[in-house]
Amino acid sequence: MLTFFALLVGALAALGAASVALARSAAGSRAVYAACCAAGVLLVAGGVAGLLGGPAVLDLPFGPPWGAARLAIDQLSAWFLLPLGASVAAASLYAWGGVRGAVAPRLLVPWPIFLAGMALVVLAADGFTLLLGFEAMSLASWALVAHDHAAAENRRAARIYLGFAGFGGLALVAAFGLLAGGAGEVAFAVLRDAPPEGWRAAAVLALVLAGAGSKAGLFPLHVWLPLAHPAAPSHVSAVMSGAMTKVALYVLARFAFDLMGPAQPVWLGAPLIALGAASAVIGALRANLEDDTKTLLACSTVENVGLIAIGLGLALAFRGADLPALAALAAGAALLHALNHAVFKTLLFLAAGAVLHGALSRRLDRLGGLIHRMPVTAWAALVGIAAAASLPPLSGFASEWLLLQALLAAWRVGDLAFQMGVAAVTALAALAVALAAAAMVRFWGLVFLGRPRTPRAAGAEDVGGAARWALLLPAGLTVLLGLLPGVMLDLAEPALRQMAGAAAPRTGLLMVGAAEGGARYWPAFAALLVAAAVGGVAWWVRRRAPAGVARGPAWDCGYIAPPAHLPFGDPATQPSAAGFGQPLRRMLGAGLLAAREEVRMPPPGSTLPAVLEAGYRDPALAALEGPLPRWRDALAAQAERLRDLSIRQCLGLTFGTVVLMLALLAWMGAR
Amino acid sequence: MSFGQLPYDLSHLLGGSVLLLSFLLLYQRRIGAVINAFATQGTLLALAAAWQGWVQGAPGLYLTALLAFAAKGVLIPLALHHIVRRLDLHRTVETALSIGPSLMAGVALVGLAILAVLPATEGAGALAREDLALALSVVLLGMLMMITRRNAISQVIGLLSLENGLILAAIGVAGMPLVVELSTAALVLMVAVVAAVFAFQIRERFDTLDTASLEEHRGERR
Repeated sequence: MLTFFALLVGALAALGAASVALARSAAGSRAVYAACCAAGVLLVAGGVAGLLGGPAVLDLPFGPPWGAARLAIDQLSAWFLLPLGASVAAASLYAWGGVRGAVAPRLLVPWPIFLAGMALVVLAADGFTLLLGFEAMSLASWALVAHDHAAAENRRAARIYLGFAGFGGLALVAAFGLLAGGAGEVAFAVLRDAPPEGWRAAAVLALVLAGAGSKAGLFPLHVWLPLAHPAAPSHVSAVMSGAMTKVALYVLARFAFDLMGPAQPVWLGAPLIALGAASAVIGALRANLEDDTKTLLACSTVENVGLIAIGLGLALAFRGADLPALAALAAGAALLHALNHAVFKTLLFLAAGAVLHGALSRRLDRLGGLIHRMPVTAWAALVGIAAAASLPPLSGFASEWLLLQALLAAWRVGDLAFQMGVAAVTALAALAVALAAAAMVRFWGLVFLGRPRTPRAAGAEDVGGAARWALLLPAGLTVLLGLLPGVMLDLAEPALRQMAGAAAPRTGLLMVGAAEGGARYWPAFAALLVAAAVGGVAWWVRRRAPAGVARGPAWDCGYIAPPAHLPFGDPATQPSAAGFGQPLRRMLGAGLLAAREEVRMPPPGSTLPAVLEAGYRDPALAALEGPLPRWRDALAAQAERLRDLSIRQCLGLTFGTVVLMLALLAWMGAR
Repeated sequence: MSFGQLPYDLSHLLGGSVLLLSFLLLYQRRIGAVINAFATQGTLLALAAAWQGWVQGAPGLYLTALLAFAAKGVLIPLALHHIVRRLDLHRTVETALSIGPSLMAGVALVGLAILAVLPATEGAGALAREDLALALSVVLLGMLMMITRRNAISQVIGLLSLENGLILAAIGVAGMPLVVELSTAALVLMVAVVAAVFAFQIRERFDTLDTASLEEHRGERR
């Protein structure tokens, strides 16, 4: 089967090369996207086969000079093939439906390479291959983010993204170097035999958190997501958010659960839990304040990645405390949420893309009332936001419920400080989930409900053809995953055994349970309850309604009728995106996001209007754009001075370096 | 092959003489003497190569010896003498670091080379280890000469004697392919030619061979 995967990755890379020629015609571009879609389906099929079958290793006939490149599939990587494949298949299908003519090569060529890079990361079994895939993924996605480089903000987004990608790659290189130690062998099988201890384990974890965490969007390295996602085309942001962050989390899990060995202390999970909680709250809060659909969804991704990181951290801590059943519960929550989030976030980004295509805007203040013009998109997006808002019986609820169960059981780790911390994290996670629900309601309500805010939104057109299926299929999958979390957990059981060393929490076809005799969740039952309640209300309303339905104009909250030159109503009588977010900005934004609000009154006697200025800044971005460039400039100024050296001084520098290295060698030889 | 046997002793002697000549290069005060010392070093290197060729039974090394003798023992020194005469240089060497400290630095560098090479090559033959330590010392002394002399000719000689050290390392190791040595020899000739052209140009423009005079003419100054 690995041979098949190797051929698949190779075929995707070759497809990237062939895209240069295929981009000339619409048919060629469609063929590329169709092949990518098929590759996504094959990845899912391969992932399921890998979970059911055993692990396998394959040495490629080529590789770096010191050995063959090695691929492997085990339960953990097989599981992460599922979100990757699902997201890729849906996004490629959407892109296929969106081809209207020749696609620019700079948009088409990096796409298969991006996918090949992600698959290579998941399948790699040595550090070199993993980094190769990671860098291919970073660079190809950078090219896609930068495709529309005419706009200045896109250039800025691409620049910041490239900076983060380079930083992440370097941190991972250092992590592998530290893990390999003096031996210099980076094959996973060798690394596993020499797990790090003490400060080395802490340093490896810190480097991995910096490297994979910056890719996944963990606080405080999340700032590129809200910038890069709006800059990329919709199908690209869907995969960046749905699949790429999961691939980064896979790297994190691979290090933490596999390469660093099972004998790690409890505190190893603590940084993951803390950073996860911070990401969840910041991401969810920002999602409530952004007024760009894709930025909002990117912030929601930060939140979900934070929740998954909490799950992974809890699993690490439980494993360190020798509570394998709880470790399996937390890891199961993390894995399940990774898959669920990949599916519903892909769906939501594609829906945002459909809205952008139909109504020509990403700004919430220019949309509205689209449920009439774009019913398919609206209902598919409703499924997505209900899952993102973790409403039962959809997929988001099942995994977040499991996560909450794991958090509530964390008191069984004996350490008092850990218990206090987890109690705080539980509150933060609950806060984040509630904030995410509010953000999703705001997103869907402002985009699809109410009246159109612009003429373009009033004339929007729904997607058709393949793009429609690209929305409906993930929506169906979201419902299915929500109804059958037990089946998915059963499927994940080999992966959980690998990560936690124990069986998954007790599950069944229709039920997931936190532990033997613990809380249970029957999604089908919940669905029945919800359906009964909704049906009952509908029936009651219908019964109480007078006979004969008359449609009238929407009630306008008591405002007077709009003047004739505003056929879509007075925009000021509808809530705006900023107005919707205002309560949360005032409550939480001041402390967390340095939100400010200022009324500037005109001078007495002036006829100018008073101005209300409100805004906020992500503290991480402020730090990134404040001191960091200053240090860089200072460093560059110092380095510039090297250019003024004379020839002899330049030679002397070389000479001094050689002598220093020799002295180091002699010193090491003497020890 | 170890201490007390003729092949070892003679290789050691020749290698040691090459190193000694490097020290001679460092303390000459007249440029003509520097060139002569360099010619002697080249000749000794050729002898060392020929001896290694006989000991290892590698006829390729005779060719190396011939090339080393022809290029470094005869042609380059003759050309350098010619340049010195033609440009009518001051016959003294202008030093950036005076002779005494440079010799002391040289001794320290030889010590460093031995300390670095001997532990790193444990398990290799005694001759190879000694040879590598000597060669590394010659290389380091060549670099030292390049940075402690102001005159372009002295700097070129420092570079060439550095290259002598590389050849010395190459001939001491059995099985070094001939093509490597041939290409290094060709490289050295090219370096000499380029350096000579530069020396002429510098002299013509600035009326001196002190490379410090170039510095005020660099672009992109802040």
